[in-house]
Amino acid sequence: MGVIRNMQLIVGRQRATTVIPVALLLIIVLAGIFAPLLAPNDPNFVDLSHKLQGPSAQFPLGTDQLGRCLLSRLLYGTQVSLSLALLIVTACVSIGLVLGSLAGYTGGKVDGIIMRICDAILAIPSLILAISLIAIWGAGWKQMAIALIIVQSVYYTRFIRGMVVNLRQQTYVVAARIMGTSPVRMVTRHIIPNLLPSLFIVVTLEIGWVIMDISALSFLGLGVQSPTPEWGAMINEGKTFIRSHPRLIIAPGVIILCVVALLNIIGETLGDKNGKAIPMRKAAKHSNKLKGGQHEREENHS
Amino acid sequence: MVPVLLGASFVCFLLLRLTPVDPAKAYLSVSNIIPTEETLRVVREQLGLDRPFWSQYVHWLWQLCQLDFGVSFFTKLPVASELAARLPVTAMLAFSSLAIALIVSIPLGIAAALRKNRAMDHISRVLAFLGASVPQFWLAYLLIYFMAVKMDWFPLQGADTWIHYVLPSITLAFALIATYSRLLRRGLLECLEQPFVLYANARGLRSFTVIGRHVLRHAIRPVVTAAGMNLGKLFAGTVIVEQIFAMPGMGGFFLEAVFHRDYPVIQGYVLIMAFVFILGSLTADMIQAYLDPRLRQSMGKEG
Repeated sequence: MGVIRNMQLIVGRQRATTVIPVALLLIIVLAGIFAPLLAPNDPNFVDLSHKLQGPSAQFPLGTDQLGRCLLSRLLYGTQVSLSLALLIVTACVSIGLVLGSLAGYTGGKVDGIIMRICDAILAIPSLILAISLIAIWGAGWKQMAIALIIVQSVYYTRFIRGMVVNLRQQTYVVAARIMGTSPVRMVTRHIIPNLLPSLFIVVTLEIGWVIMDISALSFLGLGVQSPTPEWGAMINEGKTFIRSHPRLIIAPGVIILCVVALLNIIGETLGDKNGKAIPMRKAAKHSNKLKGGQHEREENHS
Repeated sequence: MVPVLLGASFVCFLLLRLTPVDPAKAYLSVSNIIPTEETLRVVREQLGLDRPFWSQYVHWLWQLCQLDFGVSFFTKLPVASELAARLPVTAMLAFSSLAIALIVSIPLGIAAALRKNRAMDHISRVLAFLGASVPQFWLAYLLIYFMAVKMDWFPLQGADTWIHYVLPSITLAFALIATYSRLLRRGLLECLEQPFVLYANARGLRSFTVIGRHVLRHAIRPVVTAAGMNLGKLFAGTVIVEQIFAMPGMGGFFLEAVFHRDYPVIQGYVLIMAFVFILGSLTADMIQAYLDPRLRQSMGKEG
């Protein structure tokens, strides 16, 4: 019940500014789910006699250099990007919840060790670390997903730890502890439900970031590989034809832009309503800087 | 700072140990030598792979302190000199983007804060959303298409003259402008409510002096922090941008190394990026201390 009530609190009463972006995003998600029904052609059907054609009745957005239907590829690409992003973010949230609440709730040495590992990883720009991990394991969507999960869960761990440390000092948590609630029950029943609203906002913003990372890595040829229709990979394939057929590059980019912008708008409006609109990547890095948190003071001493 | 760098160096070192392939075999396949028992043994000895884990790490760290990053598998030249030769292009690119970002976002942020909820504020808000949502590589191609292909104002590729840096720098600066102008706007709005602003206005100071001399000094602090923190991310962005504009910088070299599985180069580059990140946040801290005497005092007491 608590969880549902909290969710209602963040979603709250709706205004047009929230409803419209959510509706638009829902349309894109549905378009991705029902891509097999909506797509006019097979996205991977190569037909060189139809290559690089302009828009027509059969191919509403034209065809690419191998005669594949651009619209169908974009629709199927929605499936690929969104499901990968969802997979990565879910994994990151799970890892972040476990490690973050472990570090934040237990404190002491465990906290110190987990946070030092996070610091070391955070010192390396996330995209570079992801690329290096893929360099070692080889290109492919699985390797990319694992690399992004490793790199991203650090941000989640730090963000969740910060929140847990805050919540631990709340009176109701102290009261529950005095009543003899076990640590596991404490975290799962009292702490995690209360950080879900903020986490929900952050996840909305982060899905957009992850979609961008996926497309950037696939564009570099390190992520989703070429026959699979992925937006970044499509831009990579289309880049040779920038002079003659710019639409091959422009169309996938517009879709990425729309999806990420919608997620950003939704995240920010939800954040504004709840009084915190700090994207996590910034928050994780800033929290100890600006507010002079516990962690920063430790660093100053050393 | 030192523990973080040490930790990051350990992450770099671990990177090489995570390979599913034996590094010695990787070295041989890049060098086009057929891996036999004999050659593998020689290479292992040469790379120090036959020694225990910790001794390898300490040895590697000691070499790093002497600026010895190892030898590239692919070009057979020292990684340190290879990267150093490409550093100027990348550094130039990163700092010109930072300069463009600051030159555009400071006036934009001030205008948005002073004319809150007016045209300028809305423009900066839309720009912020675009900046946060546009994929960098796509923006680069858009600029190429409109500025270089259609209009022929800028060269497509290379890094010979300053004009080659214009499009890549704009690409990188775009996202920064979005973040910085909004941060500055927020900082200014918070600052303008402070009593010292009222006092400065009451003294009859011109509003230009109030904003420029008194308010900006405080309001710009989040921007300084963000700029320091983002320095690493900015360098990371150069990987993609250098690839697209075919600039002979460190980022492009790193990406080549990724495709060749040239592990020493990857390690060296990642380490330099960690160093850049730490240097960035250190510089930001120093500028903060310069801007805010209170911070300087508290730092002096604690340190």
